[in-house]
Amino acid sequence: MTFMQKPKVSHSKLPRNELGLSIRDYEGSMSTLCAGCGHDSVTAALIQAIWELSIEPHLIVKMSGIGCSSKTPAYFVEGAHGINAVHGRMPSIATGANAANRNLYYIGISGDGDSLSIGLGQFAHALRRNVNMLYLIENNGVYGLTKGQFSASADVGSKAKKGAVNNQPPIDPILLALTLGAGFVGRGFSGDKDQLVPLIKAGILHNGFALLDVLSPCVTFNDHEDSTKSYAHTRRFDRPAVRTDFVPRKTPIQTVCEGGEAIPVELHDGSTIVLRKVSKDYNPVNRDEAYRYVQEHQKGGEIVTGLLYINEDQQEFHALNDTVSGALRDLPYAELCPGSAILEEIQHLYR
Amino acid sequence: MAKVARDPSHGSLVGERMNTRVNDFVIKIANVNGTGSASANGLLMKAIFRMGIPVVGKNFFPSNIQGLPTWYEIRVSRDGYLARSGEVDIMVAMNAQTYARDLAEMSAGGYLLYDSTWPREAQLARSDITLIGIPLAKLVNEAFTNIRARILMKNICYVGALAALLALELGVLEALLKETFSDKPKLIADNLRAIELGYRYASQHFDCPLPFRLERMNATADCIMADGNTLAALGCVYAGATIGAWYPITPSTSLMDAFKDFCERYRRDPVSGKQHYCIVQAEDELAAIGMVLGAGWNGARAFTPTSGPGLSLMNEFLGFGYYAEIPAVIFDVQRVGPSTGMPTRTQQADLLLAAYASHGDTRHVLLFPANPAECFSMAVTAFDLAERLQTPVIVLSDLDIGMNDWMVQKLNWDDRQTPDRGKVYTSDELRDMQLFHRYTDRDGDGIAYRTLPGTYPTGAYFTRGSGHSARATYTEDATEYQEVLDRLRRKHDYAKKLVPEPTVRRKDGLTTGVISIGSCDAAVLEALDRLACEGIELNYLRVRSFPFSSEVDQFLEQHRQIFVVEQNRDAQLKSLLLLETSADRDQLTSILHYGGMPIDSSFIVRGIRVALAKGEAA
Repeated sequence: MTFMQKPKVSHSKLPRNELGLSIRDYEGSMSTLCAGCGHDSVTAALIQAIWELSIEPHLIVKMSGIGCSSKTPAYFVEGAHGINAVHGRMPSIATGANAANRNLYYIGISGDGDSLSIGLGQFAHALRRNVNMLYLIENNGVYGLTKGQFSASADVGSKAKKGAVNNQPPIDPILLALTLGAGFVGRGFSGDKDQLVPLIKAGILHNGFALLDVLSPCVTFNDHEDSTKSYAHTRRFDRPAVRTDFVPRKTPIQTVCEGGEAIPVELHDGSTIVLRKVSKDYNPVNRDEAYRYVQEHQKGGEIVTGLLYINEDQQEFHALNDTVSGALRDLPYAELCPGSAILEEIQHLYR
Repeated sequence: MAKVARDPSHGSLVGERMNTRVNDFVIKIANVNGTGSASANGLLMKAIFRMGIPVVGKNFFPSNIQGLPTWYEIRVSRDGYLARSGEVDIMVAMNAQTYARDLAEMSAGGYLLYDSTWPREAQLARSDITLIGIPLAKLVNEAFTNIRARILMKNICYVGALAALLALELGVLEALLKETFSDKPKLIADNLRAIELGYRYASQHFDCPLPFRLERMNATADCIMADGNTLAALGCVYAGATIGAWYPITPSTSLMDAFKDFCERYRRDPVSGKQHYCIVQAEDELAAIGMVLGAGWNGARAFTPTSGPGLSLMNEFLGFGYYAEIPAVIFDVQRVGPSTGMPTRTQQADLLLAAYASHGDTRHVLLFPANPAECFSMAVTAFDLAERLQTPVIVLSDLDIGMNDWMVQKLNWDDRQTPDRGKVYTSDELRDMQLFHRYTDRDGDGIAYRTLPGTYPTGAYFTRGSGHSARATYTEDATEYQEVLDRLRRKHDYAKKLVPEPTVRRKDGLTTGVISIGSCDAAVLEALDRLACEGIELNYLRVRSFPFSSEVDQFLEQHRQIFVVEQNRDAQLKSLLLLETSADRDQLTSILHYGGMPIDSSFIVRGIRVALAKGEAA
């Protein structure tokens, strides 16, 4: 049996969000991933973030492709519709679903194989179209479900569990997204929930395609000494560029500066994210600088995390397509069918 | 030696040996693509149509933008036959590159019109045809200075010459030109001048009209002339489709172009001016079908037009749509395969691919329009079926239907008609429900109830292409898996009751028949009439959908010998009949046409005649 229902136990003293729901109301079925999998931590961060945002569960749409990461939408927000598409093709499902109803929250979960190998084209084009969604890549540099092959994000020189060395350069989703014009680019680490939760919240509320690359070590196939996607490696070389706080629209902005300068960025719904610079020379609203900064640190073997680039002014998919503000799927048929008189008129042209 | 038509000094027109043929002949125009001949040919055909005479045009064009040979064939048929006859009576040879083959293709007693600015009498010599030389380039060059106009007007000029030669009404041509270029008076004047040049020259130099001639009829009043892609697009508009995703591919591209044009006119919000539709040009066909499935899953009517190579790419997702039970409409405007094949030629060779697209036990619902009017009605039906059956529905049109102008009965629309959105629980229904299970067969028809994202909390479920139970949970359990798979088979069988029934033309007592499909229809109907004149009578069934409904089984039971007429090499319809009905291998004889040109009635007549003779000999 590979499907397990979680027991429904809810303590009366659990904190409630604005909707009166506890965090348990945002959980899903039991994870079937390996114990200690980074993906489960990402799932926990997602649950926390969505609960904190007080989004009604049924207004969320969870989407994924194929792979370990793509199994996880079953493990959060049981009250949301989910769709597990074919390998690498979640972005097209997301585009179509979003086209049908723009007024839901779309969360796509993918992996490095799903997005950077088989699905690289769809990933790039959904990003170009600026489909309004959180696109979260759970990145471990390895194919887990087929037992440990390198993925396209594996670093040169990193070793597989059985000793094979990767000699092909990695595709970095952050640099790719910056190049392709994404309006929201962030990187987190599954082991740093404090940083990850605000990133997820901001990504969900960002009006457009929000890419979040989350390093999420594979405990079974890629958490050994020679891996560059292991817990140890990531902890050692993690370099937060910006600390991110999320401020809901109803709460006044509180800047809790710890050293660095704070930059509040207002999201389309009026809520705010506060980016606290950890590095003095970093400016997260400048694409060129973001690119340079990430690359520079990468050369030194450092993994830059945080919200690396944001631009709230880019027009998302529906604005670009000039569609009505309501859901296309809900338009009454009477408004869609031109009727017999028009048909008669059209046919004059064919006489 | 070719007989030159009347030299003004010489006297009567040669060709008197011919009987007059009124409203029953074929004009073929050989040209070079990229010279604007399409509008001239369209003008000619439409003028004939406006004279109330049944007519159909077939465009044989290269997969190229400029410089290669292209042909346009106009069949004038007072009896209303809309297929190719296999004959060419009047050739307008505008392309010196193809003179030899154009000449060779003509039927005895025909007329060949060519541009005699450069005389080619010896080259175009054939004793059984009559040569008509008209110095088109010379006439046009004298009248027009602009280089572009000289190229374009040469084509209009032969329309003028044909008007004189065939007794085409000038008033009709003039009215058409005025409508077409209502906002460009200069163009109207130029066109009329070119018509006049050709008309006058032909009248002065030849006895007009020829024995092949036009006479006004009243047989097109209830008809329109349109291509299948345009009417399929119109069907999508009337079906209430809001989302179209596509990747450009010949010969399906004009379907989405037409949908866009219709939407721009009829699908804007009256207040905000914003779109009541969304068209996405995808990065490939994989993404196009993915978008359609995403939209269908989320409750919108969505479609994608494609052709063979695109359908091949869509396979994995079609299996997903089938197994996860998501409505989708796919138009496959078939072209010649395999592989890239011949993109601008027609075939019906995607049938088996479409029927069982994708790995594993999959089977799809297919519709087979035979003409542009059915493209309209079947587009509407396709969306209803897709949502009723919660599955992809593939409409198998082809290049001949999709891109050629056919004369069809005017379309009707009943304003009381509403779409069948299928079994979808509303939020109210979900509220009153104890438990919702996505894949249980409540009604015994194999069709489960679905819910749409965002409707109501208890309606949520997980859609997946991996093994799932009736409760939509992941499973690797044999019993749970088979329960769903068996229901899907029951659902597909139930579809037999919903899909369009075949058309049947049947006389009691006959035990020989024809089964055919799609665009073969017009040629089959004509062939059957011709064979009947020879005393060979056959019944006829045209399949209009898959799965085959019970009428197909009945027809098979009623006939000892059946000719299966289709346009592919491997007898795909016959194969499908053998797989899916009780048909017997010995009972079915194939008539196969797969060279890429639309099948003609003569081909079928010959095929059946030969097969019957063989049978008698045996």
